[in-house]
Amino acid sequence: MMKQWQVAKRILPLLAMFSLLLSACGREDLSVMKPQGPVAQGQYDLMKLSIAIMIVVLIIVFAIAAYVLIRFRRRAGQNEVPEQVEGNFKLEVIWTAIPLLLVIVLAVPTVQTIFAQGEDLSKDKNAIQVKVTSHQYWWEFTYPQYDVTTSQDLIIPTGKKIAFELKTADVLHSFWVPSLAGKMDTNPDGTVNRFSFSAPNEGVYRGKCAELCGRSHAFMEFKVKAVSQESFDRWVNEMKAPAVLPEDTQLAEKFKTNCLSCHAVGDQGGPVAPNLTGIGGKEAVAGILLNQREGQEEGNPVLDNMKQWLHDPQSVKPGNTMPNPKDLGLTDEEIDGIAEYLANYKLDYE
Amino acid sequence: MTTSHAEPVSGQLPHEPEKATLEGRNKLIGFWLFLGGETVLFGTLFATFLALRGQTNEGPSANELFHLPLVAAATFILLVSSLTSVFAIQAMHRGNRNALALWLGITVVLGLGFLGIEIYEFYEYVVHKEFGMTTSAFSSAFYTLVGFHGAHVAFGILWIGLIIGQLFRKGLTVVTAPKVYVSAMYWHFIDVVWVFIFTVVYLLGKVG
Amino acid sequence: MDWITTVDHKKIAILYLIAGGFFFGIGGIEAILIRIQLMKPMNSFVSAQVFNELITMHGTTMIFLGVMPIIFAIMNAVVPLQIGARDVAFPFVNALGFWTFLFGGLLLNLSWIMGGAPDAGWTSYTPLSSSEYSGTHGVDFYTIGLQIAGLGTLIGGINFLATIITMRAPGMSYMRMPMFTWTTFITSAIILFAFPAITVGLVLLTFDRILGANFFDVANGGNPVLWQHIFWIFGHPEVYILILPAFGIISEVIPTFARKRLFGYSSMVFATILIAFLGFMVWAHHMFTTGLGNVANALFSISTMLIAVPTGIKIFNWLFTMWGGQIRFTAANLFAVGFVPTFVMGGVTGVMLASAPADFQFHDTYFVVAHFHYVIVGGLVLGLFSGLHYWWPKMFGRILSETLGKWTFWTFMIGFQLTFFVQHFLGLMGMQRRIVTYLPNQDFDLLNLVSSVGAFLMGVGVIMFLVNIVITTRKPVNAPNDPWEDGRTLEWSIPSPPPEYNFKQTPLVRGIDAYWKEKMAGHTEMTPAEPVGSIHMPSATPLPFVMSVGIFIAGLGLMFSKDDFGNAFMNGLFNNYIVVIIGLLITFGAMALRSLYDDHGWHIEPEDQDEKGVRT
Repeated sequence: MMKQWQVAKRILPLLAMFSLLLSACGREDLSVMKPQGPVAQGQYDLMKLSIAIMIVVLIIVFAIAAYVLIRFRRRAGQNEVPEQVEGNFKLEVIWTAIPLLLVIVLAVPTVQTIFAQGEDLSKDKNAIQVKVTSHQYWWEFTYPQYDVTTSQDLIIPTGKKIAFELKTADVLHSFWVPSLAGKMDTNPDGTVNRFSFSAPNEGVYRGKCAELCGRSHAFMEFKVKAVSQESFDRWVNEMKAPAVLPEDTQLAEKFKTNCLSCHAVGDQGGPVAPNLTGIGGKEAVAGILLNQREGQEEGNPVLDNMKQWLHDPQSVKPGNTMPNPKDLGLTDEEIDGIAEYLANYKLDYE
Repeated sequence: MTTSHAEPVSGQLPHEPEKATLEGRNKLIGFWLFLGGETVLFGTLFATFLALRGQTNEGPSANELFHLPLVAAATFILLVSSLTSVFAIQAMHRGNRNALALWLGITVVLGLGFLGIEIYEFYEYVVHKEFGMTTSAFSSAFYTLVGFHGAHVAFGILWIGLIIGQLFRKGLTVVTAPKVYVSAMYWHFIDVVWVFIFTVVYLLGKVG
Repeated sequence: MDWITTVDHKKIAILYLIAGGFFFGIGGIEAILIRIQLMKPMNSFVSAQVFNELITMHGTTMIFLGVMPIIFAIMNAVVPLQIGARDVAFPFVNALGFWTFLFGGLLLNLSWIMGGAPDAGWTSYTPLSSSEYSGTHGVDFYTIGLQIAGLGTLIGGINFLATIITMRAPGMSYMRMPMFTWTTFITSAIILFAFPAITVGLVLLTFDRILGANFFDVANGGNPVLWQHIFWIFGHPEVYILILPAFGIISEVIPTFARKRLFGYSSMVFATILIAFLGFMVWAHHMFTTGLGNVANALFSISTMLIAVPTGIKIFNWLFTMWGGQIRFTAANLFAVGFVPTFVMGGVTGVMLASAPADFQFHDTYFVVAHFHYVIVGGLVLGLFSGLHYWWPKMFGRILSETLGKWTFWTFMIGFQLTFFVQHFLGLMGMQRRIVTYLPNQDFDLLNLVSSVGAFLMGVGVIMFLVNIVITTRKPVNAPNDPWEDGRTLEWSIPSPPPEYNFKQTPLVRGIDAYWKEKMAGHTEMTPAEPVGSIHMPSATPLPFVMSVGIFIAGLGLMFSKDDFGNAFMNGLFNNYIVVIIGLLITFGAMALRSLYDDHGWHIEPEDQDEKGVRT
């Protein structure tokens, strides 16, 4: 049977290499280990500090263990009873004091970062205020300073601090954009949460729901899209433009009657379902059906995604609260027509 | 295990008969531990009540509902019942079975009086003040905390009643004595809990 | 029949082991199904609903119905022997604890075939678990099943506390108790103070769901975050309830197989007490992302990091126990030695999680899943395997196959590392917890596959252990008193398995490691502290079983009290709480019988003593 120390000798370097290798893995728009903003960077720095301290601890413990297990293995013929040692006061003090010291080394930057990153920016004039409302199973984003409401894609200007106010319309969810910052839970009205982050670089960053919220918890993804200030301003203007409806007037009527009771486009419609303005240009349909971007393989054409969703929403996100268009009386052709209209509804701001 | 006897050796009951056997001493310690757990239980109920007591949801508030004279009467009755249970234990230590049973009986009657007042109080709230379990977070917390206490009182009354019966069937022995003592400990405990309820729920509700 | 009415701690230990093993198996199957679903992206092996039920039941079953009963099995089998007692302080209550746990566990698992298992996670956060968002009976099985099982644990805790306080053999002061007894003592104290909190929490959720109360209903003034506070005030001490017994086991096994006394006994005791105490002051580190505020987050970060200090002390004490010893790698010791580095890995990720800003990234990702499986499986379960191999001869009179034991260790250990090491990285790369599946192209695919392969290996390891048990059961009952030859504590001074009364004469204890002390002084037996005499034993009784059946019926009655069965008779029975009342009458009736009809026990006379112990 292989001795414990032999395995330790083989497994440890393997684990170390594996760790090094794995830390290089992960998408740039998603991985905690590839921070794209100052808040995520500060949190990653704390992680690196803590893992460094902990690796020192592990090395010491593993080294003593390996030595002890080899050196003091019972040899054949050894029968005398070993010396019974009660303890050693000096050693006890050392291995109490040193861990205590290590804890302090970690605790100080921890507390500093808590307060530095935990500032309430809701009254900061330089920050963009965003109210996040989580639903089963989609994300609503309101910009009170601009009187704009959108869904699923959170458009922000680069370099600016975004001050979030988070709440939920139903069960607990958690708002998480790993490459930009840690997460914050969305609680019901009355226990609203506030936090902030910023994105220095343009890009699209993946967001996830990080609190079990029902059957489609895994499908409640969203995107944060950081664009230049000019693009952001154009986007705000486009969001406030009058609604674009389907060209075919009959289809437009069907759309208004069946969809705009809950959804909104431009200045028409209701507030209880995701805002559909410019939906054709978003990163995904229903948050989880990724739209294929130019030159990339990932995802499907937005029209295909739109049709897949509209023909059977429950098959994409079980338990979601949108009624099936077929149950509302729409024919397959009408559904295809609306899908086409929505897939072509794009905002021009980039 | 090897030293327990059901009957006293010399025919004379020891001064503290509840502690005369290993089983008896074990029961006392076990019950103290149980009361430790009950303390945490009621503590959690109190914490919940304190967190939610302001959430009246447009229903009645503490100030509107509580009628302190009634609550004071109930408190007085329960406190006196604790005193009578002390007298009961004193009688037990004197070896006087009949006095013990009498004081336990008075304790039970007082307990029933307390419960009667509380049932009347709840009835008023539910039927005449539209204040039920489902009215608000405050109401849920109120009924759960005070109701749990009331359930404990009811259980105690049945328990002590059973013990009074046993005292007459089996007599006061080193086997029945620990049961009496433990039930008295329980009764004191629910009395102490009531003092906290009176303060945190009723008094604080009127002034806070 | 004997097994239904027994109040003997040794038999109750075996009952706990069988029931705990059974539920552990169910939890293991649930784990395998989860890992099959997660083996590749966008998999549809199970639906999202079933997946949410699987993860909920896996966690709940493994913790409450799997490992905790096995812990109780070992405590029951070992602690009375270690303190030189003939049984626990309250044998009736001991049996009651077992049957209540069993019926609670059965009720919880009935959910699978009665409308669906709970699906809101083992943490059952509100509002998801409230009746508004969880309209089937699933969560009711959770609140009521767990409540009943929890009552069993609570009274078990009280029992061991009382036993250790009052029934130690003469000469056994607190500071001469074996470490496993110490950890049992402190674990029982944690149980006593932690379980009532979850009792209340479950009552509040039950009331919200079944009686329309508003504790967690925001519309009427309730606060969902309150559930989290109550749950975690219980939940954090719960994990120390899980790990301290494992610490105790390691503190017995390592000295025995190194032939050296435990290094730094007093600090070990002190460290255990400190861990238990601090364990009540850190609960909000599970809630860093709920918005408690900077001050709270800072305080709980610091208190959480502090627990690493007494835990680290223990690791070094175990290592230095082996220093200078003569280490023998039996299967029991392999598991104990494997525990040390694995648990330390879990512990260090715990310290990483303690830093609140870092935790904002880690929380609710696979990093946390990796951490807690490292400490619970790599810590507690390895400790349980160690303890079972170690004390199996004492419980059953047979020694488990050493060869199979070693195969079990390596298979399970390698499988474990494969399953959970990669999960740290999955979390860091952006994979959240409790997701039924994941999109491709996130770099999750290979690691999830590796993790699933590891899980299968772990399953193979567990099966090997079961095969070991079956094979061993065919061997004759011929283990000696002290099969490891270097036993240090009192249980090794009596036959394997012990006679019904454990000790013919209560032993006199002269120091720590009481039996070792006598051996070093040249004796083969303990010095008795009393003459041979008639031994008083408690009587068997069916009442604990009956009481548990009553609570089970009452629980079912409460759960369905608001249902419409479509038939007047059933509606009458349930909606008017008749079933609840019947159940309660059975339970309280049995309690009354217990009070009215005193058990005077029976005696084993000297001429009937000295035979071989309990046959299983």
